[in-house]
Amino acid sequence: MSFPWAEHYTPKNPLMKWVDEKLPLPRLVYNAVGAGYPVPRNLNFFWNFGVLAGLALTIQLVTGIILAMHYAANAGIAFDSVEHIMRDVNAGWLLRYAHANGASIFFIVVYIHIFRGLYFGSYKAPREMVWLLGVVIFLLMMATAFMGYVLPWGQMSFWGAQVITGLFAAIPVVGEPIQTWLLGGFAPGNAALNRFFSLHYLLPFVIAGVIILHIWALHIPGSSNPTGVEVKGPQDTVPFHPYYTAKDGFGAGVFMIVFALLVFFGPNMLGHPDNYIAANPMSTPAHIVPEWYFWPFYAILRAFTMDLTIPFTGIVLVPAKLLGVLAMFASILLLFFLPWIDTSPVRSGKYRPLFRKFFILLIVDVLILGYCGGAPAEEPYVMISQLAAAYYFAHFLIILPLIASFERPDPLPGSITEAVLAKSGLTVDEAKPVAAAAE
Amino acid sequence: MATEVQGIEAAEAEGEGVRRRDFINIAAVSFAGVGGLAVLFPLINQMNPSADVLAQATTEVDLSAIQAGQAIKAVYRSQPLFVRHLTDKEIAEADAVDVSTLRDPQTLEQRVVDGKKHWLITMGVCTHLGCVPLGAGEGENRGEYGGYFCPCHGSAYDTAARIRKGPAPKNLVVPPYKYTSDTAILVG
Repeated sequence: MSFPWAEHYTPKNPLMKWVDEKLPLPRLVYNAVGAGYPVPRNLNFFWNFGVLAGLALTIQLVTGIILAMHYAANAGIAFDSVEHIMRDVNAGWLLRYAHANGASIFFIVVYIHIFRGLYFGSYKAPREMVWLLGVVIFLLMMATAFMGYVLPWGQMSFWGAQVITGLFAAIPVVGEPIQTWLLGGFAPGNAALNRFFSLHYLLPFVIAGVIILHIWALHIPGSSNPTGVEVKGPQDTVPFHPYYTAKDGFGAGVFMIVFALLVFFGPNMLGHPDNYIAANPMSTPAHIVPEWYFWPFYAILRAFTMDLTIPFTGIVLVPAKLLGVLAMFASILLLFFLPWIDTSPVRSGKYRPLFRKFFILLIVDVLILGYCGGAPAEEPYVMISQLAAAYYFAHFLIILPLIASFERPDPLPGSITEAVLAKSGLTVDEAKPVAAAAE
Repeated sequence: MATEVQGIEAAEAEGEGVRRRDFINIAAVSFAGVGGLAVLFPLINQMNPSADVLAQATTEVDLSAIQAGQAIKAVYRSQPLFVRHLTDKEIAEADAVDVSTLRDPQTLEQRVVDGKKHWLITMGVCTHLGCVPLGAGEGENRGEYGGYFCPCHGSAYDTAARIRKGPAPKNLVVPPYKYTSDTAILVG
C-alpha cells in the first residue's frame, strides 16, 4: 500500500531492471524505507526510536553471534568461558560489554518508543495492529533478555532463573510440574542453561520476523505524526528517503555516542557485581534484583504481600504469591487492550490537556516503581510499590476511560501542513504564493 | 444449480462421490492430527528431568555432629536441605503458637517424626520464589520469628519453619525421609 502520490520505483540500470523482473526485492525496499514511502513532514525526534530499536537489535545479533563462537553452554564451564571471553579472546571484552550494554540501550530505546506511542496515541485506530505486534515484540524481548542474563552462570544468573521460573510454580496444581519441566530439573542446572542458550539464540530472529510484521502493519495506514491528524494530501508528506534516512542517520550518530560512553566508560554501571561470582545453588545473594529494565515489573510482583481472602472467614481465594505473579503479567498484558480502553477520538496528547497531566503522572509512577523494584524488600519500599502499582492499574483501567469522557480537547489543526505553517505564523492560503514563487 | 442438483442425485444413486470424499478428508486429517500429537509428545517431554537428574534423588545425612541450636545445609535433588537441631526453648516457642492463626496451619509434631521432636528437616527453598532462606548458617539472620528469613522478598519463618510473615504462601516443605539409625536419616 501507499498513498497515490508515492514515487514509483523505476530502475534505470539494465541489471536492476533484470533483477526487478525476477525478484522485486529492491522495489520492496524502495517502497518500504526508500523514496517510495511518503511520511508525514512533521515527525519530531521521538520518531527516531523505531529505527534506533532496529539498530540496537542489529548490534545484539552481530555481537551475540560472535560471542556464541567463544561461549560454552555447560554449567561446569559457562562462567569460566565468559571470563575467557573477557581476558583471552581478542577484543572479547569489547564484544561482551557491547552485548551486555546493548541490551540495556535496546530497552532504553524501546521504552522511549513505547512512551512515544502512549503520548501521541499511536495505538489508536487504524494502527491497533501495529501496537499489538509491538507488545508482542516487547514480550519476546523480555524473554530473550532474561535468558541471556542466565548464560554467564553467575549468582544473579542462577537466582534470577530460580525466581523467574518460580513465577510459574505459583499457578495452582500444575505450577510445580511446569517449573520442573521448564528447568529440566528441580533447580536450575545444566539442562536449564542449555535450553536457555538455544532459545536465546532463536528468539532474536523471531523478534526480527515480528518486526517485519510490525512495519508491514504500519505501512498500511502509514506513519502517525505528532499532531495525530491523518495525512490529507501530498503537501502533508515527504519521501522517507532522503528526508528521514538523513534524520535517522543523525539519530543513529547520537545513539552511538551514548552507547560508546556506556561501553567504554561505564561498562558495569548497569550490571550487578554479584554476577561476577560463580553460581552457587547453596547460597542466595543477600539482595536478588533483576536487570534494571525489569525493575518496575519486579516491584509490582513484590507489592502483593497479603492473600486475597473472603472477609471474616479466613478462606484464601488467591494466595499473595499468585496475586503478585498475576499482577505482574497483567501489567503488560493490559497494554494489549489499550486501543479499546482509551476511547478518546483525539490521538495526540498535544491536544489533550487533561490526558497530558496524567501521562506525566504515569511516567513518574513507572519511575517510582522502577526505583522500588531495585531496592531491597523492606519498608518503606514495599508500601510505596503497593501504592505505585495500584496507581499504574488505576491509570489504565479507570483514569484513561474517564478522561476520554470528561476531557474537552484543544482544537485540532485542519491538516499537518496547517500545523507546520502555523509555527511560522502562516496560514495555508498565505503560504501558497510563497511556494509558487519558490518554484 | 441444475448441474449441482444432478451431481448430488448422481452421487446418491451411486452411493459415493461427495460423501465418500468427505469421509476420506476427515479420516486423513484425523489420522494426521493424531500423528502430529504423537510426535508432539516426545518434543515436549524431552524438557522434563532426564534420567541422570532423577538418579540423584536421595541423600543421607549424619545427625551426630549437629549441636542443639545448630543447623546444617545438605543437598537433596541439587537443592539445599536444612537439618536443624532445635533447642527446648525453640520447641516451646513453636508449641506456644495458636495453630489456627497460621497461614499454613500445622503443629510442630506434624512436621517432625514421632519421638524425634528435636530434629526439624525441611527444604531450604523459600515457598515464595525459591530463594535459599538465611538462618541455617552460623550467625545468619533468622528473622523476627527465630527460624529462617528469606532475604529476597522478606518472608519470615518460625522455629518450626512455618511461614509467619511476608509473601510466601506455605511452610518450608518437609521432604519424605526416614531414620536409618538413631543419628542418620535417608532423604528421598
